[in-house]
Amino acid sequence: MDTSRSYLEPSSFSKKMAAAIIIVYAVITLIPISWMVMTSFKNVDSAISYPPEVLFEPSLEGYVNLFTNRSRQSQEYLDSLPPPENWYEELVRSREMVITGPSKFLGRYSNSMIIGFGSTFASVFLGALAAYAFSRFRVPLKDDLLFFILSTRMFPPIAVAVPIFIMYRKLGLGDTHLGMIILYTVVNLSLAVWLLKGFMDEIPKEYEEAAMIDGYSRLQAFFKVVLPQAMTGIAATAIFCMIFSWNEYAFAVLLTQFNAQTAPPFIPTIIGEGGLDWPAIGAGTTLFLLPVMIFTIILRKHLLRGITFGAVRK
Amino acid sequence: MSQIKIVNLQKSFGDFTAVENSNLTINDKEFFVLLGPSGCGKTTTLRMIAGLELPTSGEIYLGDEEVGMLRASERDIAFVFQLFALYPHMNVRNNLSFPLKMQGYKKSDIKNRVEEAAKLLRIDHILNSNISSLSGGDRQRVALGRALVRRPKAFLMDEPLGTLDAEFRELMCLELKKLHLDIGATTVYVTHDQLEAMSLADRIAVMDGGKILQADEPYIIYNKPKTKFVASFIGSPGMNFFEVNEGISKDQSFVNIEGAKFDIPKQLEESKGSKNFFGIRPENLTINNNEGLKGSVFGVEYLGSRKIITVKTSLGEIKVKTDISISVKLNENVQVKPLNNNIIIFDGQTDKSLNSEFIK
Repeated sequence: MDTSRSYLEPSSFSKKMAAAIIIVYAVITLIPISWMVMTSFKNVDSAISYPPEVLFEPSLEGYVNLFTNRSRQSQEYLDSLPPPENWYEELVRSREMVITGPSKFLGRYSNSMIIGFGSTFASVFLGALAAYAFSRFRVPLKDDLLFFILSTRMFPPIAVAVPIFIMYRKLGLGDTHLGMIILYTVVNLSLAVWLLKGFMDEIPKEYEEAAMIDGYSRLQAFFKVVLPQAMTGIAATAIFCMIFSWNEYAFAVLLTQFNAQTAPPFIPTIIGEGGLDWPAIGAGTTLFLLPVMIFTIILRKHLLRGITFGAVRK
Repeated sequence: MSQIKIVNLQKSFGDFTAVENSNLTINDKEFFVLLGPSGCGKTTTLRMIAGLELPTSGEIYLGDEEVGMLRASERDIAFVFQLFALYPHMNVRNNLSFPLKMQGYKKSDIKNRVEEAAKLLRIDHILNSNISSLSGGDRQRVALGRALVRRPKAFLMDEPLGTLDAEFRELMCLELKKLHLDIGATTVYVTHDQLEAMSLADRIAVMDGGKILQADEPYIIYNKPKTKFVASFIGSPGMNFFEVNEGISKDQSFVNIEGAKFDIPKQLEESKGSKNFFGIRPENLTINNNEGLKGSVFGVEYLGSRKIITVKTSLGEIKVKTDISISVKLNENVQVKPLNNNIIIFDGQTDKSLNSEFIK
């Protein structure tokens, strides 16, 4: 019998099997994403060529098209213009078009940022306060309240789309940043309260008591002692909230048109001449992926600990 | 530094009374220990003094000020927790400066005071370490440091040595005592460990069932317990009790137990009922072959310099703490008799000791 390894450690065969399964899974999930990234660097023709091109000459046309509005012009008009000032103008002119101005993408993108981060911050902040109260104080009807909070997630949020649409119109919240932040916060809050309560319960109350003895008020103790220790939970909760509000599509289509429209409803509307502009859509989606990816990577250290919280601690 | 006084202090959680009508005066610069089994209300009492629990009724005085309803942050006391409660996201230096920052000291003052405290506790070499890298003993020292850096009116400690292993506990016990002598701060210390209590305390209060049974110097607590519970809780093993089926009258100087006659110290008080208890410490008994209660040896425990012999008699098991030189075999027939007259009669109705020539 092999006694060189611990009884609890998996055998090298099962470790290899696990690695193989993970690699297969990673390849399957990464194919669409890499296809999307590749499409973003193709030109309009190679994006829809058949058979699909795996090796191709990279082009930034998709990105240029994503960020600009263009109009087709006659060759005579193009010849009468002064020579192009930069590389992207040259690229557009080679397609017999001129740039008429920046597209709406940047605005939609920053709407997504404002609404995504705003609602994430609000959900986590309010969720942390509520979770702390549920964790530490004798709240009357605590269990019923917690169940009520959870029950707001027992139906798909879109089921209440019509009443929310009417309410938002009456309140003047339709197509505003604030309205979308409130909406996503409401949806995320129940998740935040429940997740964070678990983390708060794990933090011994002696820490706040020590801080209160050291001369701090309960609120100061909460910010200086409890929150830093709940960082793991806060990071995990923030990522879940961010992913939801960043990706949300249905409410964004319904409630936003101009001022507060986020990127998800905007990207599919990028229509080129004579069909969808796939490279531009690919470019938009690729850029759309980045913030959540960066956010997750920054918080990854906490997230890993967060997902396994409670299992092994102290 | 200040005197702490609690008057008619009471604390209930719903129907459960954790602390009942307690009165105590803890003198300035005293090392005072609250001792009792778990659930006796000692920690609740301490937490009320700290302001972590509010009393149901009664008053707490810190110096001349009534602080019973003040918040913990307004009381100027320091608290050392059983699990230390050091802030894990700060290093040692920040843990020590944390209480000072709130009081608005200048940065240089904070630095000086932290370093002074660190030096006193011999943790100046680990000031920049993380809490998680410290040993139990060092964590204990940091927890003490965080308490004393502020120079509070009083120190409250809730079983601060409970989580340390035996070796460290003895060491820290000595250090605590020395620290107390050095800084002379009023200290209230909660523990269930009587050895800790005996070795640290200027005075001990023994609690049970939410009541303070006796508050006295360790010597008096041990030798002249006022109740049966104190007598059995203190000492290892605790006091032996034999039932006495007769009323005790004033001036009585012997009792009959199971037909045998035992001398007792001259009584100054009579008992309420006709069933009482005869109490004697194991070290005040001796084993011989011709006198006293008959029984057979049930067990022998060696304690190094002493041994404890358990003798099964018609009155139940009796523990005798004797010299190591006395050798007995299991099941051997022996007799047990008192070595001296350090005997206490406890009233069967009130469980309180009756005054006598020995215990007044």
